[in-house]
Amino acid sequence: MIQVEGLTKDYGLRRAIDNLTFHAEKGEILGFLGPNGAGKTTTMRILTGFMPPTSGNARVAGFDIMDESIEARRRVGYVPENVPLYENMPVFDYLQYMANLRHLPDVEESVFDVLEQVQMLDRAESYISSLSKGMWQRIGLAQALLHKPDVLILDEPTIGLDPAKIIDVRELVREIGRERTVLLSTHILSEAQQVCDRVLIINKGHIVAEDSPDQLQSRLAGAQRVALRVGGDTDGLKAVVEKVPGVNQVVEGDAHEGGLFEFENAPGQDARPEVARALVSQGYDLLEMKSVGMSLEEIFLKLTRDEPAPLDEGKVDRVDNVEEAESDA
Amino acid sequence: MRNIWTIARREYKQYFNTPMAYMVAFLYLLVMGVIFYFNLINAAYQQMAPQVQVVVGPMVTIMLFVTPALTMRLLAAEQSEGTIELLLTAPLRDWELVLGKWLGGLLFMLSLLAVTLIYPLILNQLVDPGIDYGVLVANYLGLVLMAASLIAVGVAASSLFKNQTAAFFATLGIMLLLWLIGISSQAAGSLGSKILLYLDFRGHFFDTLYRGVIDLSDVVYYLSLTSLALFLGSVSIEIRRWR
Repeated sequence: MIQVEGLTKDYGLRRAIDNLTFHAEKGEILGFLGPNGAGKTTTMRILTGFMPPTSGNARVAGFDIMDESIEARRRVGYVPENVPLYENMPVFDYLQYMANLRHLPDVEESVFDVLEQVQMLDRAESYISSLSKGMWQRIGLAQALLHKPDVLILDEPTIGLDPAKIIDVRELVREIGRERTVLLSTHILSEAQQVCDRVLIINKGHIVAEDSPDQLQSRLAGAQRVALRVGGDTDGLKAVVEKVPGVNQVVEGDAHEGGLFEFENAPGQDARPEVARALVSQGYDLLEMKSVGMSLEEIFLKLTRDEPAPLDEGKVDRVDNVEEAESDA
Repeated sequence: MRNIWTIARREYKQYFNTPMAYMVAFLYLLVMGVIFYFNLINAAYQQMAPQVQVVVGPMVTIMLFVTPALTMRLLAAEQSEGTIELLLTAPLRDWELVLGKWLGGLLFMLSLLAVTLIYPLILNQLVDPGIDYGVLVANYLGLVLMAASLIAVGVAASSLFKNQTAAFFATLGIMLLLWLIGISSQAAGSLGSKILLYLDFRGHFFDTLYRGVIDLSDVVYYLSLTSLALFLGSVSIEIRRWR
């Protein structure tokens, strides 16, 4: 759906992106991850036909972005960074305008459809200037979905939103991504981890890593280690955990503090729910369970910094709620 | 064509959504009304029947100052608010965008001109045997042609700037230059003076259409100016992509 080959863009003497090559398949949510100024927006602007590349070529939905720009643009939905919208237009009029520019056969129906999809039907008559930031984002998405595009390109879709709205937008993106190709940029790692099927980490115009979020993490951080804290009596716990399938190795933790254990997942497996279940069913008081090792955050920093960051292997990154693990049981 | 019409319709509607356009319309019609009134009184003192020119003459001058205010927003605001990104990534050619903006502005200007038709109609009631309709048609044809070219210049200037004020003064500057070119032609040599005379924005109206003479060369002049400005506007949008 998206094929990019050797894409390069210079702004005067500054090279914004350098020889980027990647692709995205149908039904895939591809995350574009990188610090500010890495070239994410530039790449997206080239793919959407906003600006031409200095060299290299790209095809979107099967059409060359230079030679068949109009055809390619017909098949792309785009939400630019900060979601520019016409403030002094009502929501409905704005979407109607965009639908007309895209020659949709049934404009009103399409507008109502997308408004329903982004749950904004009740604000169809409101002026865009009166909407909250979260609603702007949804109107931006509605505009991008009007023509049911094959490819959706979202530049920082959750920037500036409050946490509840971020979750809404992410859910919406996941839902949309089931049928079409989504390219989304973000500098929030957990977002890429939660939403994307595959992540490209880009820094200073270069792709520095490309894989699924989980693979990236396990590949770069080595095997997944999980720390446990168990209250009360811990006799025989080691044996119980070792018996759980998917657990490679169990070590007893800090001698000064009782009840601390660490186990290592077998490659590509996550034994946490099984371990939690086993411990609870055996009557142990499971207090805490957290994964240890390099987070995507640390991988990211390591990849995007010039000098390699000192890695603290024992650093705890993500606290997984024990309750969550237990509710699985 | 459809895209041009879609854009033009939105721009036209937007004028009624912004205070600026109302102020421009108010000023235009108010100033026109006052001038019309004094011209009538003046004519009455001199005991001569006023003609259409007492309406159209001042209207041309006011148009010169009103047009930049109407066009400055058209593309500059799109650039400052970032909405140009929506248009340039829509399946829409750059010239369609420029033409649509121009048509939207022109339609608003034509609406204003239509309202001013009330003055010749009043005049028609006041003077005996009424006004010369041929002269009226020629004058208004001239106004429409001038509006078309001035708005095209305005759209082209607006495409160059993010800042609306800059777009306003750039447009006004180009217009005044076109306006004053005729004066310099008297000082220049014979061939140069001919060229400058042909470029003179005023002359093509006041020497012919204003007097009720419809000359094809004047129509061609204004249409050429319009096309040239719209072409440059499209090029400027195209260049904008490469920046």
